Amino acid sequence: MPTSNEIYEKVREILVDALGADESECTPDATLMGDLGAESIDFLDIVFRLEKTFNVKIPRGELFPDNIGASDPSLAKDGALTPAGVAELKKRLPYADLDKFAKDPKIENISDLFTVGMIVKFMEAKLAAAS
Amino acid sequence: MRWYWIDRFAEFVPGKHAKAIKNVTLAEEHLHDHFPGFPVMPGSLMLEGMAQTGGILLGQTSDFNEIVILAKVPNVTFHSWACPGDTLTYTANLLDVRPEGGVVECKAHVGDRLVAEAEIVFAHLDRSADSSTAAFDQKNFVFSMGLMSILDVGKAGTGAASSS
Repeated sequence: MPTSNEIYEKVREILVDALGADESECTPDATLMGDLGAESIDFLDIVFRLEKTFNVKIPRGELFPDNIGASDPSLAKDGALTPAGVAELKKRLPYADLDKFAKDPKIENISDLFTVGMIVKFMEAKLAAAS
Repeated sequence: MRWYWIDRFAEFVPGKHAKAIKNVTLAEEHLHDHFPGFPVMPGSLMLEGMAQTGGILLGQTSDFNEIVILAKVPNVTFHSWACPGDTLTYTANLLDVRPEGGVVECKAHVGDRLVAEAEIVFAHLDRSADSSTAAFDQKNFVFSMGLMSILDVGKAGTGAASSS
């Protein structure tokens, strides 16, 4: 099983290829959309590349969940997640750091949770489960 | 003008690879402006031809039930050009298929000369998210393009549709 650092190196290579990002920009805290300029369609490309590089299957919505709150009105209200919505998000995004988000749980801020570090943690857990 | 940037399939192995050809001709009006005195097939249209080859290859895996749209071209390199009289051969390999879409790699050759290569990501349009797409039937699109005969093409045929 690769070390966390090896996974980080590979994730960084994937992001350089998929987003045309600079290697130096791909720090663990960098957000995919805000800092690295990813668009929603890039998430599909990133998932393809992760599967190929690490030889794992990543089911739809496992790494990048689909619209949270869109289907259930108890999870979101007035453009922000309710406490139940934040709890649901935590369940679906166990590798993201939600502390900061919980203070201002606007739906538009969800994209800030998708960071380089989150992908690395996700892949670590995924590979540990597979080995 | 109809948006066909492949003339015919020469090989079609479902779920694996496909080969299509495009004959470049001076009858294509845009070549007279691209460029005056030096007509060459625009790279963007070569990319479209590669995407049509790969997109149909991907669409067939779901029996054209999924709406396949070109999502992204992470890599494309043009090595050379194609002039009137040239036959471009587009070879697409299906790299990955999943519920959300697929990836192909495609190369364009004139004879043995590599003209372009690209990696193309396609997405399956989510019909549940937008009711306006429900009316769009990709099967009709492929049928009306007269492209269904692609499925009659042999695995390494001459390009002629089989008589069956």
